[in-house]
Amino acid sequence: MRHTLAVLVENQPGVLTRVAGLFSRRGYNIESLAVGETHEPTISRMTIVVDGDDLVIEQVVKQLNKLIDVIDVQDVTQAEYVDRELVLIKVNAEPSIRGEIMQIVDIFRARIVDIGYHTLIIECTGDEGKIRAIEKSLKPFGILELVRTGKIAMVRGQKYEED
Amino acid sequence: MKLTGAEIICKALEYEGVEVVFGYPGGAVLPLYDKLYDSPIRHILVRHEQGAAHAADGYARATGRPGVCIATSGPGATNLVTGIANAYMDSVPIIAFTGQVNLSAIGRDSFQEADITGITLPIVKHSYLVKDVNQLAATIRAAFHIATTGRPGPVLIDLPKDITIAQAEFEYPPQVTFRGYRVPGRCDSAQVYQAARAIGEARKPVIYAGGGVISSNAAEELREFAEKTRIPVTNTLLGKGSFPETHPLSLGMVGMHGTAYANYAVSYSDLIIAIGARFDDRVTGRLDTFAPNARVIHIDIDPAEIGKNVRVHIPLVGDVKPILKELIQRVEVPDTGEWLKQIEQWKAEYPLRYTNEEGVLKPQYVIEQIWEITRDKNAVITTEVGQNQMWAAQYYKALRPRTFISSGGLGTMGFGLPAAVGAQIGRPDAVVFDIAGDGSIQMTVQELATAVQYNLPINIAILNNRFLGMVRQWQELFNNKRYSQTEFPDLPDFVKLAEAYGAVGMRVTRSEEVRPALERAIATPKPVIIDFVIAREENVFPMVPAGESLTKMVGC
Repeated sequence: MRHTLAVLVENQPGVLTRVAGLFSRRGYNIESLAVGETHEPTISRMTIVVDGDDLVIEQVVKQLNKLIDVIDVQDVTQAEYVDRELVLIKVNAEPSIRGEIMQIVDIFRARIVDIGYHTLIIECTGDEGKIRAIEKSLKPFGILELVRTGKIAMVRGQKYEED
Repeated sequence: MKLTGAEIICKALEYEGVEVVFGYPGGAVLPLYDKLYDSPIRHILVRHEQGAAHAADGYARATGRPGVCIATSGPGATNLVTGIANAYMDSVPIIAFTGQVNLSAIGRDSFQEADITGITLPIVKHSYLVKDVNQLAATIRAAFHIATTGRPGPVLIDLPKDITIAQAEFEYPPQVTFRGYRVPGRCDSAQVYQAARAIGEARKPVIYAGGGVISSNAAEELREFAEKTRIPVTNTLLGKGSFPETHPLSLGMVGMHGTAYANYAVSYSDLIIAIGARFDDRVTGRLDTFAPNARVIHIDIDPAEIGKNVRVHIPLVGDVKPILKELIQRVEVPDTGEWLKQIEQWKAEYPLRYTNEEGVLKPQYVIEQIWEITRDKNAVITTEVGQNQMWAAQYYKALRPRTFISSGGLGTMGFGLPAAVGAQIGRPDAVVFDIAGDGSIQMTVQELATAVQYNLPINIAILNNRFLGMVRQWQELFNNKRYSQTEFPDLPDFVKLAEAYGAVGMRVTRSEEVRPALERAIATPKPVIIDFVIAREENVFPMVPAGESLTKMVGC
């Protein structure tokens, strides 16, 4: 099963290497990894998607916790959480078919961020399902380039009715 | 007052109570060596940086204090790698200082540049590349804290040359705080209570003691616990000395070359109490048939060890010593009468054994004699890796902690001699023996020069069969005696080699010469090599073939 881990780490050089190295050394597979600074500039947050059974995930979490630069590890998979990924897709778009592409962009509430002679760049944000769906919808036009940020995730806040 | 980086390092080492460092100078650490020249800290000059790391390791294991080693940048640093990996696998606290090229030269493939923090990433507990001299003192404090607390391990500090020259105000922080490093606190009492009850209900319990008992200084508690509960104790290779192996409750070592009765006891037990041990594959044999009827209590300071290889029913995470103390208070004493009788039967039926033959020198006999002659002495045994190590583990009955030092996890040939150097430096009054093979000794034999320089009366017992014996044994058993690259037709004359280094050399070919040679060696105030010419194709038995169940032993 896929698990999404939210990992807080010291914002220091080499930390990403330590985390990535741990995964390769112990034979775990990273499906995606996104990292960036948090509101506290000395702390970075990594969102790591990793595939494995419960025993593997338990080991991953424990081994991550052993790294001195890892401050906190949370497996958000079991919690209610919001996850998003951003994708940029460059598609073939001759003027005659742009209308059709723009309709798809509208449906996905995506945006066109660049127009070239023969191409469009489309920006889309969403969860994994949405990203896969827009990719599939644009495929027939010819995807020239595609880049994804990797998933980021956050546990939802406490709801009012639960108080 | 402002101090240079090199001065800060020397001062910091003094603050940490470091009396001795093992190292080898070079260009990038020149400023450091210039300051060490005036420092009260004793520097032991090894002959190869690998020796410095192993010596620091041996020193740490023999004394319980962290070991420190120093190497220059590039090749000096990479030569430490095996020693650092060794300390990592066996959880030994060492601090490795490596020189590095100037900050501005990093990344330009400068002369003697190596990315040593990158290279050692998977084999250190933590590492630092110091980029600001103002951070140097705090970094050293942090390194010692990390290396020596929790599950101990190696920490590396990479020192760009200009950092050691730059100046900063020196203030040694009494403590450092970490956001991401916590030593496990007290173990949950409810868990201890649960363990105490499970022990009381057991009928066939066995204690499986590892190196964690020794690093936690908990041998006394282990003994009290075992004697109170009347539970037999088996130990790992690194656990030798955690429980006296002459004790009636001792089963000796478990695993691939463990005693048959230890392997049977573990396999047929209904409760395994693992203490500071990690269910290594050399201990468990085939995992899916390991101790099928046993519940498992696992005491360990590293939470990641719980459930790593074996399913654990009651985990007790924390320092072994306080946990054992609490457990002694609360434990319910099980009825182990029948079980102990069964174990006595196994002991009688399947003892460790070998046959002495007329005119042939048996390695087991040599080890027994070394044991006889040192058992009542303040003695430290180090070993190399291979048959010599396993015979030593089987026939040298360790009685006290920190008296048996061996490369367990990494299995590093060449560990024993430099480790003996470190042990003898740390414990100058001890009788130190390195039990070696003719293969292993050649890997780090240059450290004999170190032993001679510092007048260390180390005794090196080479069990010489002119083979890489353990590999040959596998080839005999599993590869149809096809001895591919395991025979040494032309060994050096070890007696002459010893003499060439300024040490004393002896050769022993007959059983009756063993004892006098050992007596003479111990009485000699210099390093001694004894070349024991042993039966060439003697095997280490019993043996659990790799990947087999523990009960599937050969040769018992």
